[in-house]
Amino acid sequence: MASLRTQFEVPGKMKTWSYALIGLGLAALLYGMFTKGFSSDEHEQVHFWGTLMYNTIFWTLICNASMFFISVTTLAQAGFTQTFRRIPEAISTLVPIFGAITFAVLLYIVFGHKHHIYHWLDTEAVAADPILKGKSGFLNPTFFVIWTTLTIALWSFLGWRIRKLNDEADAAPMDRETSEKFIHRGTVRTAMFTVWFGLTVGSTVPWLWMMSIDAHWYSTMYSWYTFASSFVAGMSLIALWVIYLKNKGYLELTSQEHLHDIGKFMFAFSIFWTYLWFSQYMLIWYANIPEETVYFKHRTQGAYKGIFFFNLIVNFLCPLLILMKRSAKRNYTLVTFMAVLIIFGHWIDFYQMVMGSLMKEHVSLGWLDFGILAFFVGAMILFVGTALSKKPLIAKYHPYLKESVIHQV
Amino acid sequence: MAKKKFVVGCFDDEAVLFPAVKKVRTAGYKIHDVYTPFAVHGLDHAMGLRETSLHTAGFIYGITGTATALSSISWIFTKDWPLNIGGKPHFALPAWIPIMFELTVLFAAVGMVLTFCYLCQLAPFVKKHHFHARATDDLFVMVIECTDKTNTDDLQAFLSSNGALETKVEVAEDGWWLGRYDKDEMPFEEKQIVAA
Repeated sequence: MASLRTQFEVPGKMKTWSYALIGLGLAALLYGMFTKGFSSDEHEQVHFWGTLMYNTIFWTLICNASMFFISVTTLAQAGFTQTFRRIPEAISTLVPIFGAITFAVLLYIVFGHKHHIYHWLDTEAVAADPILKGKSGFLNPTFFVIWTTLTIALWSFLGWRIRKLNDEADAAPMDRETSEKFIHRGTVRTAMFTVWFGLTVGSTVPWLWMMSIDAHWYSTMYSWYTFASSFVAGMSLIALWVIYLKNKGYLELTSQEHLHDIGKFMFAFSIFWTYLWFSQYMLIWYANIPEETVYFKHRTQGAYKGIFFFNLIVNFLCPLLILMKRSAKRNYTLVTFMAVLIIFGHWIDFYQMVMGSLMKEHVSLGWLDFGILAFFVGAMILFVGTALSKKPLIAKYHPYLKESVIHQV
Repeated sequence: MAKKKFVVGCFDDEAVLFPAVKKVRTAGYKIHDVYTPFAVHGLDHAMGLRETSLHTAGFIYGITGTATALSSISWIFTKDWPLNIGGKPHFALPAWIPIMFELTVLFAAVGMVLTFCYLCQLAPFVKKHHFHARATDDLFVMVIECTDKTNTDDLQAFLSSNGALETKVEVAEDGWWLGRYDKDEMPFEEKQIVAA
């Protein structure tokens, strides 16, 4: 394998771009923080912290989706991921970094900001309100902080263990017994991550972090919806990095066959997202109970109507019609275009999930949103690039590597 | 329906079959079909078959299903027999989407199965000629269509030299016909069997 280019070097141009984006983002962030975040106007404060919050949560979740992808493919004993597995691994190294930022932002919102964003922090209102009282075992600062800490710490730790195990496949050839043991250990470690992922993203965490903004409202679909949103965007991010590295002449062993499978994930989970979107919407629309329709009232009939339905077009109709054909999923240009569109679409989705509840009267989408987005995109490029350059791009002694090389769809 | 003359070559190894298919094609012979006991990956490619259009047909059937559901429900609930259901508008699109989805799946699934059967010429009370019974068991059976100018002896020798275990010449029906496997007589005659 001497002829393979397995050592990624961060190109100067990529560094320049990421620093420029981070600089731009930091400027917007700091300007927003002082004009809005620390202003005396409650409305402005909510605007700034809400925007920061959905961006941090979005980027943490889509980076974490990479580790989920590794885990489920390992559990399913899928071999095809091996030629590009270092990419989701590198993306998942961002979980501790973005997780720490999310943690700091959420802590500030809970402790520093009183109850402008989370209504359930208002102890007097909770005491007088039977619904909020009933939820107070779940929605209280102590539980919030403990659960958030555990969530981010365990995502980071369990993910780190999975990455660390895979480093052994760089070191030396494995005989049959070692290979079997290696696969078994991988199964155990990824199973642990998957269970914790199910207990957090699959259920509690989206309720805690985002759904509790509408403290009275609840939807059991909400977490699955968030998971589908972050997973399909996470797959798109993996696709973008695979295509970027292919363009730069790396990943010689990754071909259209692998891209086809990533494209299938993007297509399938777009449909899955729509299924959840519709299931959540239709049941509430049908039952027409005021305490449930409150979430959709200003989204389907108020200021957010445009964004709400734009969201459906970008995240459902476009992937459905464009990615449906086999040849589209094997086309590097089309997959790149769709990946960017899907990531943008689900960023907008997170935007309306959070800001649609915080600023019901008008759509706040503007320089602050795109500035903070630039910061995260820049940071993502910088950290993923650095992480990729630290390890060989292919774990060459992995038992499943051959299966991945000859993979055919 | 027409009877045609075929030369049949039987192989027992994929690794032999693939180069043989390639050589037969480069020699200019027209391969009628290759019958295999199981799906052989890449054989369609080697035989130069075009991509199937079955999925395009499926898309069209699906769209037809969606359109059928939407048009019939909207006609029934807004024109023909409007009902007040829980105070919802008569044109209650969200409630219809599951039904539109179901009809899409139904039309696409049933339509694709029937199309597939038609393309493979499979149906009840319909027969097709089997060139070699062991094609359903352990042999890969390559069937080559002859023209007036084909020298069958040369072709059989050519197949044998490329690894065919058994070759024969058959005059057979190439399509399907009405009939039953347990009753009908074979409407073809076996001419000769040359062992390799």
